[in-house]
Formats: sequence, structure tokens, C-alpha cells
Amino acid sequence: MPKHDTPLLDQLESGPWPSFVTDLKRQAETKDECWDILGQLELSYKDKVTHWKHGGIVGVFGYGGGIIGRYSDVPDKFPGVAHFHTVRLNQPSSKFYSTDILLRICEMWERRGSGMTNFHGSTGDMVLLGTSTPQLEEIFWEATHDLKMDLGGSGGNLRTPSCCIGKARCEWSCYDTQAACYDITMTYQDELHRPAFPYKFKTKFSGCPNDCVAAGVRSDFSVIGNWRDDIRIDQAEVQEYIKGNSPPNAGAHAGRDWGAFDIQKEVIDLCPTNCMTMAGNDLKIDNSECTRCMHCINVMPKALRPGTDTGACILIGAKAPILDGAQMSTMIFPFVKMVPGEGDPPEGGFEDYKELLEKTWDWWMEEGKNRERIGESIQRIGLPTFLQIMEVEPIPQHVQEPRSNPYVFWKSEEVPGGFERDVKAYRARHAM
Amino acid sequence: MGYDPENPMQGRITDIGPPHYEQYFPPVIKENYGKWKYHEITQPGVLKHVSETGAECYTARIACARLISIELIRDYCKVADDHCEGFLRWTTRNNVEFMVDSEAKLQPLLDDLAKHGMMPVGGTGAGLTNVVHTQGWVHCHTPATDASGVVKAVMDELFDYFTSMTLPAQVRIALACCLNMCGAVHCSDIAILGVHRKPPLIDNDVISAVCELPLAVASCPLGAIKPAKGINTKGEEVKSVTVKEERCMFCGNCYTMCPAMPLADPEGDGIAILVGGKISNRISGPKFSKMVIPFLPNTPPRWPETVDAVKNILEVYAKDANKYERLGDWAERIGWEKFFEKCNIPFSDKCIDDYRLAYDTWRTTTQFKYTSHIK
Repeated sequence: MPKHDTPLLDQLESGPWPSFVTDLKRQAETKDECWDILGQLELSYKDKVTHWKHGGIVGVFGYGGGIIGRYSDVPDKFPGVAHFHTVRLNQPSSKFYSTDILLRICEMWERRGSGMTNFHGSTGDMVLLGTSTPQLEEIFWEATHDLKMDLGGSGGNLRTPSCCIGKARCEWSCYDTQAACYDITMTYQDELHRPAFPYKFKTKFSGCPNDCVAAGVRSDFSVIGNWRDDIRIDQAEVQEYIKGNSPPNAGAHAGRDWGAFDIQKEVIDLCPTNCMTMAGNDLKIDNSECTRCMHCINVMPKALRPGTDTGACILIGAKAPILDGAQMSTMIFPFVKMVPGEGDPPEGGFEDYKELLEKTWDWWMEEGKNRERIGESIQRIGLPTFLQIMEVEPIPQHVQEPRSNPYVFWKSEEVPGGFERDVKAYRARHAM
Repeated sequence: MGYDPENPMQGRITDIGPPHYEQYFPPVIKENYGKWKYHEITQPGVLKHVSETGAECYTARIACARLISIELIRDYCKVADDHCEGFLRWTTRNNVEFMVDSEAKLQPLLDDLAKHGMMPVGGTGAGLTNVVHTQGWVHCHTPATDASGVVKAVMDELFDYFTSMTLPAQVRIALACCLNMCGAVHCSDIAILGVHRKPPLIDNDVISAVCELPLAVASCPLGAIKPAKGINTKGEEVKSVTVKEERCMFCGNCYTMCPAMPLADPEGDGIAILVGGKISNRISGPKFSKMVIPFLPNTPPRWPETVDAVKNILEVYAKDANKYERLGDWAERIGWEKFFEKCNIPFSDKCIDDYRLAYDTWRTTTQFKYTSHIK
């Protein structure tokens, strides 16, 4: 029986999109606190403000993150959600699950929590939504002992890394994103669980420039697959697209009549560098001009494939707006080989990546201000200084265009004679 | 044996990390790892991947509300046990994917998904996929709007675009319920963003007890917060702060640092719409979403103003853009002045940036040429 009337929320039960209200009501049949979630949310719909209090520090021994305290500001009305903390569980790479492990998580969360979850949180964790303080150590015990799972990140630490589907089910992945995500997560468990950074730090792994996990715009240390040799072409398959036997863009546009496929209009003319031509029946690509945007490959996946000399481009500094405005990551390392290690836990893998990551951390942990994302630290000191610190030779690829103002920070040692000058000698030549 | 509160460190296991991903792969994924040759979208919501070995993987993609119960997860598991050898996965955009290794197994899977009622198939190709979003009023302390309810209202209205592929290109909608943007909506085709419009209150009864005042002062990116004496309800003078209201840009960072400075307000809070962002490097580099509607009111339970605004932008774009053209590329081609005109959205000074110049000359894309500079 419903514990609270929810006339506003009830209006979200109709319509074709899955209804979280219907789902919550069903869960409330066995988990009574779900009625209080509904009741408090209904009050928010009426008041047009939240009824959750500000934070509260809770956690498990030895960890500085992974659990977020949450308390109702109307606990008398909704005692079932008076204490309603969040538990972040580190997801497996690419979010594949067996039903066995999911059902065991459900069973644990039925006993020890509200039964409600987020699959998944924005950073990638499984989010178990709503439990009380005495349950936290019990949950951690069961997670680590029985489920063989661990908490994810929160606070000023390495946040739970995440990756695209990669080689598991995609033909374009330029390195093993799942192995990378797993290796880096395992290698930096201490950085993930014990906040020691100025602020949060995210790293994400996408296999190609399509960037399905949004590494370039949603992570501080963005790893995006790339190649440096030639796009592979199967000319016979190109003909199949031209003849209309293969659907362009893998059939992505099949719902509307866009007319017959026109390779000139849909591929060659849309290439941002105009590096493609038809020579008779053959498609030619001037690979030295290609910026690997993936458009042609996306349109003709049977005919074109990324090259085979593959690795990743590393960009640094993306973040959401607070405080200095949203930033995208800036391209720092154009090409890094991403070689997986051996064994479990893996050893000897992704060494180039780890070296660059640790060098970045070493500087940022020293110089970053409290609650300053690394992208903001780089903005504060300037890209040239950051490149010097990282011992990276500046190249035109680091900028969209050269600076348009003349304010160069010359250093004393860069100017003949340095900055030391004698004003008296100057004045002897130039009267005031 | 389980956790013993008397001996909390006994038998404790820490830092084991996530389980290894490979144990959760369906056999067809495990056997063809790294061998995939090409893929096709055979119908909306269904992907066919073909391996170098000739093996095939059919994937049915369904929408999930992200905020889901264990009962619904158990339903997903039932489907996966009945059809997919006990495996399933989630995408980065909150979709659930069920994989089978032959075309013959696909239709029975689709039939079962259709029977359930909460498992709509779609979200592929040149259509609208699931919405990335945040907690909202369901479980967050700083939101300026709800998340799940707004998403439900918008996607009910735009449902046909989820189950079809009739748009010029893929369209990504995202929602973040405040400027913290846990939903990272800053690079979405259409972003729905919760915003505040009233400066923080100052609760002099608790501020000196619950806040580190220097941190509260430092939290303001515009220096609008200064230390000051305040008077509490008992008439006592307390250490507090003042806010220079004309300098406040309503980011809420002070409230994050200091619980005695709440911003949320029924009339002040609402939704802004930003459009034209993208993440992929396809054709053009990643782009930020740009603000085109600075404020719409919070009107639960179905937010009609927001739903109408999103639908209008989507449909004007769908009618006007070229094949393969993302919303932001379309807006840039026609020009933003034409965007406002075609969408019949009033332009206002609120859409003109008066914050800081970002680092707009740095390269933020993987598009570059390998010249002699790269060694």
C-alpha cells in the first residue's frame, strides 16, 4: 500500500519511455523506504527545490572515497530516507556483466540498501543509492569478500577510470581500451581510494577519434586511439557502396529516403582536408594530409579501416564548467604506443602512458591549488610553461593557431646581456 | 564469518579493484576479441557485428532510465539468461545491450523485450539515443531542477526519434541538474541544464559553525564574497560573509563549500538550453554546447516549456540539416543568427558571453598532421 499520495509523480507513469516512478513503486512493494523516496520527491515536485541536505562525511576504514553521505532535510516525514548514503562500486571495463554477478549484487542490495541504483553514475561506477551508516562496513565486507568488487572513487583522487567497448565489439579500436582501463585502475588503487590530489582527476580510454566514452571532453587525462600509417582500403568493397549494395554509414540513415549513395557528395566532399579523390574506379587517399577524423571510415566501414600502426593520442585538462568555464583537453602527446602487459594483475603494460601520467601528477600535486582541476592549473601557468615542465618540445600541433598578441614572457637568459642594466649609464646618454 | 564491528580490521580486504572484465564476456565476444571486421545497423536498435572469422554478433539495444530498481535489473537478467547465455552490458549512455550469436536468436529476443513494456529497442544510428543525466531532486543536494522527471517527459515526447533513424545524424541530449554538470552536458547536441538565478542566502545562525569562512570566500570565482560581521537570530554578532549580489553569476560553488549559503529557490531555479556541442572528432572537432535559451521555469511534473523547446530545436534541425551534419555543424553552416531565426527563439544579451575567454587557440582535437615536428 502506498504510504504517501504522489499525484504529481503519478503523471510520470504514462508514456512510452521507461518510467522510474512505476519502477520505484514496484520496488516499494518489498523495500518500504522506496515509498519515502517517492514521498520526498513528490514534496520536491510541489516545492520545486531539493530536500537533500548538504553532504556529510561517511566512509569505510582506510578509504577516503567511494561513499557519499546523504541525509534528508525532512527526516520526520520520511524516516526511511533520513540517512540515505550512496555507495560507488567500480564497474568492470566496458560494463559487461554476467547475470550471476548482477543477481548477487541485487541480493546484497536488497538486504543492505534501498534496492534502488544508478546503472551507471556519470563517471562509470555502479551506483547503489540509499543506505544507512551502520551498513557501510558490512557492504564493503561483502563487496570485497563475496562479490570480489571494490569501491570507486570520490573526492580529490583518481576517479574510477572508464573506457569504450573497444576490441570487445568494435572494429576501430586502435588499442585495447579495456586492458588499459583495467591495468590503470589496478595499478593506481592507492590514488583511487585515498584522496591526495588537489581535486578530482579523471582518465578515460576511447579506442578511436569517434571517442564513444567522451574522453576528450570529460576527462583530465584523455586517451584517444589513433594511427599513424595509412587507412586500409578494400577497393572491391568501395564499389559495393557505390553500386548501392552496402548501406552507407552501416545503415545509420536507413529511416529516411536520402536518395542514392553518392561517394563524391557524401564522402569525398565532406572530408575536412580534401585528401580523397576517385581515380577511375579506385578511391585514393593522400594519407599525409589526413587528420583521421573517421568520417570516411564511418560511412564505409566495410571498405575502409584505420591503419595498423596504432596507439593513442593523449590530451590533458578537460572538465565541466566549475569554476573557470568548461574546458576540453588540449592535445599534448600526439602518439603514444599503448602496449598491454601480461597476467592478472597485469604487469609491464602501458608503460609510456604511466610514465606520462605520473609525471603529470608529480607536477600537479606540487603546484595545483586546492580544488583546481589540472586543466585550470595549466591555464593558470600557460601552455608553454606546462610543456616545459613536461619536457615536451613545442610543436605546431599543440595549437589551433599561433598567438595573436605580442606578450611573450621572455626570460633573462634568452636575451643577450640579460635583464641586468645600469640606469645611471642609461641616464648619462639620455637626459630626463 | 562476516564483518565484525569489534575487530574491524580483522580479515579486511582492500584495494582489489574491479573484477576482470573478460569473465563477463559472452562467448561470441570472447572468441572474437580484436577480430571484428565491420558492423551494420540492421534495424533501429539492432547492431550486427561481423568478425574476420565469419562469426556474427547481433546486439539489441534498449533504453534504461538509469535510476533503476534491483527488480528491473532482475528482469534484465531474466532476458539475458533466456536468450544471451547469461550476459549483458550497459553503454556509456545508459542503454542496456543484449547480444546473441546468430540471426535466428534475434527475433525471439526482440519479442521478449517488446513484451516487457519497460524495454524499448532503439538508440542507434541517425536517431536520438538515451539521455545522459544526473540525480536531480531524487538524490542530490545542489540541484536547480529534477533530472529523471525531465528526461522522462522529454523522451516520452521524442520517443519516435529513439525508435527510428530519420535524423540527419545522431543527436545526443544530456541533462545536468546544476552548473557542476555531473552529467557533463557541455558538449551535447542539446543540453538541458539546471540553473539558479538568486544569490546565496547567508544563514548567520550556523555559518561560523559549519563553514571554513576563508574557503567560502575563496570559493567565489568572481570575488563577490567578502568576510563580514553578521547578526544571528539571537541578535549576536558572528563572523560571517557578505555577497556582492551584482557580481554573483549563480554558479553555486559557494554552497558546495559552505552549507550555510543555499541558493535553491522555487522561482529562481529553472532550466537553460544549450545546443550544438559534440564529442567526436568526425568531420569537425569536438565543440561546446552554446546557450540559446537562458531560462525556462521549473514546471513539474512534465516541464512542458522545456519539452517544447527541445522538440522544436530537434525538428527544425531535422528538417533543415544535410545528411551527416551534426546539430552544431548545421548551426555553424547556416550561422547562429539563422539558427535563432529558423527556430524562432528570441535572442537576448544573456546569450552573449561575458565571462572569461577560454584558451581558444589551443588545439583540442585529435585532428592534426604528422609533420617533422612529431618525433
